[in-house]
Amino acid sequence: MRLATPEKTVTFTFDGQRIKGVPGEPVSAALLAAGIKLVARSFKYHRPRGIMSAGSEEQNALVTVGRGTAQEPNVRATTLEVSEGLEVFSQNAWPSLKHDVMAVNDLVSPFLAAGFYYKTFMWPRSFWEKLYEPIIRRAAGLGALSGESNQDTYEKAFAFCDVLVIGAGPAGLMAALTAGRAGADVVLADEDTAMGGRLLREREDVDGKPAADWVVEALAELEAMPNVRLMTRTTVTGAYDQGTYGALGRIAGGRAAGKPLECFWRIVAKRAVLCAGALERPIAFPNNDRPGVMLASGVRAYVNRWGVAPGKAVAVFGNNDDAHRTARDLAAAGVKVAAVIDSRDDAKVEGDFPLYTGAEVIATKGRHALESITIKTGNGTRVIRCDCLAVSGGWNPTVHLTCHMNGRPTWDVGIASFVPTPESIPGMVTAGACNGAFSTAACLNEGAEVAAGVVADLGLAAEIKTPSADDAAYAIQPLWAVEGKGRKWIDFQNDVHVKDVRLAAQENFRSVEHMKRYTTQGMAPDQGKSSNVVALAVLADATGRGIPETGTTTFRPPYVPVSIAVMGAGSQGKGFAPERFTTSHSASVDRGAPMIEAGLWYRPSYFPKEGESHWRQSCDREVGYVREAVGICDVSTLGKIDIQGPDAAALLDFVYTNGFSTLKVGRVRYGLMLREDGHVMDDGTTARLGETHFVMTTTTAAAGLVMRHLEYVLQAIRPDLDAQVISVTEQWAQFAVAGPKSRELLNTVLDQPITDEDWPFMACGAVSVGGVAGRLFRISFSGEHAYEVAVPSRYGESLFRQLVAQAEVMGGGPYGMEALNVLRIEKGFITHAEIHGRTTAFDIGMERMVSAKKDCIGKAAAARPGLLGESRQQLVGLKSKGVDHALSAGAHLFDKGASHSRVNSKGYVTSVCYSPTIGTHLGLGFLENGRARHGEVIVLRDHLRNITEEVEVCDPVFFDQDGGRARG
Amino acid sequence: MRIDCPNCGERDRREFYYQGDAVVLNRPSEDAGAQAWDDYLHNRANPAGETRDLWFHEGGCRAWLVVERNTMTHAVHAATLAEKVKR
Ligand SMILES: [Zn+2]
Repeated sequence: MRLATPEKTVTFTFDGQRIKGVPGEPVSAALLAAGIKLVARSFKYHRPRGIMSAGSEEQNALVTVGRGTAQEPNVRATTLEVSEGLEVFSQNAWPSLKHDVMAVNDLVSPFLAAGFYYKTFMWPRSFWEKLYEPIIRRAAGLGALSGESNQDTYEKAFAFCDVLVIGAGPAGLMAALTAGRAGADVVLADEDTAMGGRLLREREDVDGKPAADWVVEALAELEAMPNVRLMTRTTVTGAYDQGTYGALGRIAGGRAAGKPLECFWRIVAKRAVLCAGALERPIAFPNNDRPGVMLASGVRAYVNRWGVAPGKAVAVFGNNDDAHRTARDLAAAGVKVAAVIDSRDDAKVEGDFPLYTGAEVIATKGRHALESITIKTGNGTRVIRCDCLAVSGGWNPTVHLTCHMNGRPTWDVGIASFVPTPESIPGMVTAGACNGAFSTAACLNEGAEVAAGVVADLGLAAEIKTPSADDAAYAIQPLWAVEGKGRKWIDFQNDVHVKDVRLAAQENFRSVEHMKRYTTQGMAPDQGKSSNVVALAVLADATGRGIPETGTTTFRPPYVPVSIAVMGAGSQGKGFAPERFTTSHSASVDRGAPMIEAGLWYRPSYFPKEGESHWRQSCDREVGYVREAVGICDVSTLGKIDIQGPDAAALLDFVYTNGFSTLKVGRVRYGLMLREDGHVMDDGTTARLGETHFVMTTTTAAAGLVMRHLEYVLQAIRPDLDAQVISVTEQWAQFAVAGPKSRELLNTVLDQPITDEDWPFMACGAVSVGGVAGRLFRISFSGEHAYEVAVPSRYGESLFRQLVAQAEVMGGGPYGMEALNVLRIEKGFITHAEIHGRTTAFDIGMERMVSAKKDCIGKAAAARPGLLGESRQQLVGLKSKGVDHALSAGAHLFDKGASHSRVNSKGYVTSVCYSPTIGTHLGLGFLENGRARHGEVIVLRDHLRNITEEVEVCDPVFFDQDGGRARG
Repeated sequence: MRIDCPNCGERDRREFYYQGDAVVLNRPSEDAGAQAWDDYLHNRANPAGETRDLWFHEGGCRAWLVVERNTMTHAVHAATLAEKVKR
């Protein structure tokens, strides 16, 4: 029921029913205004539930927003803003909220007590996964995902400030004002749509005017300060190391406005002032979960801030003076106060409503909503008709963030609650209600004083100027649970009640941590925000201990649920990983080449021609280009590292197993690089362009790794070396020109023709390519007479197209990764399939490349026992029985006659291909003592693909073993 | 977590690559023997408390840093250029 007619409304739907809301208010306010009490079914017992609170601590009113790709479950109706066309659905009920079949769970509840599945579903074990768990999972639960991909967008952002003020209630506003006036760079974050905290929800004066008016003035002053940033709808969710805070920002308008839904902030603050306020706690009394039973602070928020009366006749039940404040506010708003029930004998209150002191609510009635309560007084019981009961069990300071770095709060007897332990988070101080200061005046004062201390720390001077406000003392007499027939709910979100906690104690789960796990108390999405303290008190009572002796409570981030979508903002789809394209990318795509990923790079798999129906046909043809004519391949993705300086050669001597200081200018050498533990890190060629100038080539996969390694060696191991390294991978486009006609082709594009005498095998140097200064290397990864020609990247595409056109004239053409792989396997050249991190120089047959004349990274460790000798699995070639006998990479190798079990495995296959040159399938692999077993026939077995083949062990170089083709 | 890079100032840990114990700065000689090399390569103390680690400002100035921090409190005490520590 609305207390006044709103000026502007929007229409949304709840389970299809059209409902009017006022812009700025939460869905919960509009539902209450429409008289809707039943909004949800509970997690385990499917009990009817309503709206409890008016904030992010809401335990009951979880709803689903939207359908399909926009479906979002478990949204709290109390923080969901109304908007035109918004679709809201109840959840965890079937076929409808009112007639929920699974409510049968509630009838069998005696069998579903805490720990029930540990006891009930123990036998037979195999039934657990297949039968019990799926049934339980289906019956219990909250909202569901649609299973469709989320189409919304999310953002992430960083912010930096001197002072982060968390919460914009009286303490937070004063803290921000004080720090802002002193000139500090301030961020003020508050999760509500409007700043002011309880000042917007209470009927009281600040500085001689209504509190809400004072808030407007304070905000105007803050907005005018260029050094203050105000962030509404932003919940600070976690406190992390070195003053880093996580914050979830909901973006106004969101989806409907075509904006991102949420933004996840990382705020780095020199100091933080936590002004998070306090959360009211419920009292556990029989059937206290009936729709219509609410927190008193929530009732006041709906009445005072949104002009919505949550009931026609409201009763108030409490153990502290806030209960009376609720009755006064209701009466002032013209809402009937059915009764005030105060558990304290000495409670005093004035007002035109019945007051019961020393009384308790012992029962509630009403099927889908509250109709009456039964109270017990000194003079017996009495039934009071009401459709809303406002409950106040006292306040819990919102200490959550102070626990995020392992801090434990301290019990404060005076307020019967936990308060933050000072210095729990380095750089963070607390002020106001979250610190246990509950009066408005105390909050304003603490906010100003604490902020003044913080800015003084930062070297700024602050003036403390606080407005006058109410300074009533907070009088409370603890009341946790009321005895009586029926379940007394503690954790509404996880359906945990008093008896569950007592059962835990009875079964000797007396530690808080054990009780929590046994009952699931505090393990719902709200993490027991409002319920942990009550549960602890009930456990303390059941175990005959005081609360501080029983234990304390802790909270972990995030303070409110944070979706994975917003944490991974920007990382969906194309944003998941960067894409790196070579200069020949569009030329390759133009030719219909399927592109495959190589790390972050995209490279052509093969270049299909008309009439080819299988990739193998294209691949075989491309291998033929290189073996018989000339092929062109973009090799720019290989890492290129420019190394210069007087000690450049010494650096290479130290990182490669073989020597480079002996390399002549104008020559290239193959190098093998080890990790310090003696295993192979990478390999590649390095060219000496000048006395103090080298260009190193790495594999595509290890380009970043090797770059980091060189910097590590130069800075952390050998800072005595005077050398500089820089990656030039992106600066040069480099193409392999491979095949018997490679020189002939090159001479059509080079400004000065080359001869075999000037450019022997492993020569390198500067060339001019169509007037462009380029580099030429006579190196070969195919075993053919071949070159790699490099030009600055901006000329890459043009040169590639020209080389390919010329190659085609000469009976060749471009070749892709498949052909490249076949060509190198035929020659026994290794890639990271072979140097996969567990192989040594010895394993790949290169132990002679480890120079005895000098130290190098990995040399000492490579000589360890166990890394050499017959027991090692050594690189071998594997030849299949013929074209119909394909091999498979990943298969294991066995002696003939041995069973194909793990213990009999003698090795494995790393690379396979069909070789059109040799006319059969080839493989590379590692075989125990393999170099001594050339000529033997062994068995290859792939259990995954169900392949068994006999293979002949041979030298890994299948083709042109003396290397004459590359030199010729 | 934030690291105060001597070159760049205080930066988010996402800019850094973590290597491990800074003991790797003290590389044994080629002939130091198996025990020295085992200790250097593999044997680590894993203390609860103060540590000296090598971090690489990969997304920044590409300096290797010796970072002193506390694994219990997560406090970061200092970050020094490895090059300087080594000299
Ligand atoms: Zn840096």
